[in-house]
Amino acid sequence: MNNQDLPRWATAFVMPLLNLLSALLVAALVIHLLGESPTESMAILINSAIVNPEGLSYTLFYASTFIFTGLAVSIAMQAGLFNIGAEGQMYLGGLGLTLAMLAFDGSLSPWALIPIGVVSAGLFGALWAFLPGYLQAKRGSHVVVTTIMFNYIAGSLMNTIIVKLVPDGEQNPASRLFTEAAELPRLSQWFPILGETPLNISFFLAILALVIYGVMVSRSSWGFKLRATGLNKHAAHYAGIRISKMIIIVMMISGALAGLGAVNSIMGSTHYLSLNFVGGAGFVGIAIALMGRQHPVGIFLSAVLFGALIQGGFDLSLEKQNIPPETFIFIQGLIILFCGAMENFYAPAIARLLKLKK
Amino acid sequence: MTFDDLHLGSILVSTVRNAPVLIFAGMAGLFAERSGVIDIGLEGKILASAFVSAAVAYITQNPWNGIAAGMLVSVLLATLQAYVAITQKGNQLVAGIAINIAMSGLTFVVAQYIFQQGGRTPDIGQARLFDVVLPGTAAIADVPFIGWVYAHLIGGHSVLVYLAFALVPLVHWLLYHTRFGLRLRACGENPHAADAAGVNVARQRYTTMIVAGVLCSFSGAYLSIVQSGFFLRDMSAGAGYLALTAMVFGNWRPVYTFLGCLMFGFFAAVQIQIEGVELPVIGRLPGSLIQMVPYVVTVIVLAGLMAKSVAPKALGAPFVKSR
Repeated sequence: MNNQDLPRWATAFVMPLLNLLSALLVAALVIHLLGESPTESMAILINSAIVNPEGLSYTLFYASTFIFTGLAVSIAMQAGLFNIGAEGQMYLGGLGLTLAMLAFDGSLSPWALIPIGVVSAGLFGALWAFLPGYLQAKRGSHVVVTTIMFNYIAGSLMNTIIVKLVPDGEQNPASRLFTEAAELPRLSQWFPILGETPLNISFFLAILALVIYGVMVSRSSWGFKLRATGLNKHAAHYAGIRISKMIIIVMMISGALAGLGAVNSIMGSTHYLSLNFVGGAGFVGIAIALMGRQHPVGIFLSAVLFGALIQGGFDLSLEKQNIPPETFIFIQGLIILFCGAMENFYAPAIARLLKLKK
Repeated sequence: MTFDDLHLGSILVSTVRNAPVLIFAGMAGLFAERSGVIDIGLEGKILASAFVSAAVAYITQNPWNGIAAGMLVSVLLATLQAYVAITQKGNQLVAGIAINIAMSGLTFVVAQYIFQQGGRTPDIGQARLFDVVLPGTAAIADVPFIGWVYAHLIGGHSVLVYLAFALVPLVHWLLYHTRFGLRLRACGENPHAADAAGVNVARQRYTTMIVAGVLCSFSGAYLSIVQSGFFLRDMSAGAGYLALTAMVFGNWRPVYTFLGCLMFGFFAAVQIQIEGVELPVIGRLPGSLIQMVPYVVTVIVLAGLMAKSVAPKALGAPFVKSR
């Protein structure tokens, strides 16, 4: 089966949509088996995640983080690398950001703190991705397994480090609260209709990242080299592209993007570092990259969809006892399965339909 | 620090008890990958069979029913993986990751739905698999050292432990000394040659994935109805990935893979024993740092600093019949 025979509208819109619907259909079946009504659940979900302005604001807040992790996984995929380590890279990004804030939030102004926070989050994420990238490039160790290991190592490392950051007299495994100077401005300042939600300016940072990603990947000569590496390593090498350098750089960019996800979660919302604050955002990034087919618009739409699933799912779990938030981890897996592994599932059927028309 | 401080005896016993989880999964991965299918979904299959085994063993109060049910679920998941990899010619890595993530969520949801205990199953109590007491244990119990070795190191484990260790020579024989094994390896190295020789590559890979699913289910059953006696959310904690790494470390060969599994089992045992013990020079290590050891070792192994590994040539490539 060759989906290059299919028109672009079919491969870019119809097939991802059918795949997504299939995943949601299976999810609906499971919800039905759990004794809850899928249509009623869907109504609650849409209402609390999109229709209600405060809910929509939460949806976009979650989406801001997911755009970064989705971009992280996507840019690595462009080079043919499967970065499963966004989870750990974002975790380390949070550490870098927190260390910088703890050092400077008493003395510097927000105008200096925000860029410092962004840079240190990106830097720590990039450094955490350097070694898997280096090992893939120079030693051929598969980046899939090394990044998984680095997720576990990041988890243990943070367990050790966070104990040192807990202020005296506190029990919670978390750093102290940052000063107000280190808080990102919230959008509700300007749009009161959004309500008291953590949606903040990192949403615009995420949009900016999407635009830069789109331009760099499909409009620059570096992006051409990147995609060439992903499509055919040997041909790219023959054309004079230094593959190992490319792999290391892409992994570091990927790690930096994942690290930036922490800016929204920490500087934008909690204002302190806590254990497991990433909460699976790195894995959501995999689903987003696959569903959005590594295209900036696709990544944006998928990130908003996942934001809505998290926000709506949370409200849903309060109303429906049998649908805990973990249901959405399962749905995430289904989406990865249908949109990623079985992406061409409907290609033969569509091809047959189109032939009938002719 | 004396010899006794390190509890070498209990480290050895727990090594033997830790290893089966990895051995079953490692042998499952070995089968799948030698036939040319990447099996990164071991983790999800372990988790699913651990939950189903514990749940069924608890409800029916019979460990064997639990093991059988776990096997069924693991085989279903393996068949799904095979369908994606072989029939759909989809991305095998993505399929495996999808199964891992989906199972991490689904096992919690179903466990919560059935038992309402925060995503775990009740303690299965009597339905736990009993430990075998070898004949003559009492007779030589008083002999120093040998009595202890016979009672605790060789004897005193559940049937599944013995099955795991017996599996290694069995898999070796199956892979290298039977027609099934020859065809399996041919599909992993050069499926076109196998096809030309009349082997049905797709059928061979499907069969292999199902066998791998059966083996993997023991890993989950061992976790929940032998080691812990209940199912806990995400209790596999990376065992599937560790098993896969043991396989890469073992160069896709049964005996070396087995040694890799023993190594990881050993590190896990050391980690528990060494916690809180004052070590010379280093001092007391925090538990979370020791936790990291198997993963760091894995990265070092993967970096090729210990062994140079050669994967099956057709690994991960969907087979398209040539005209």
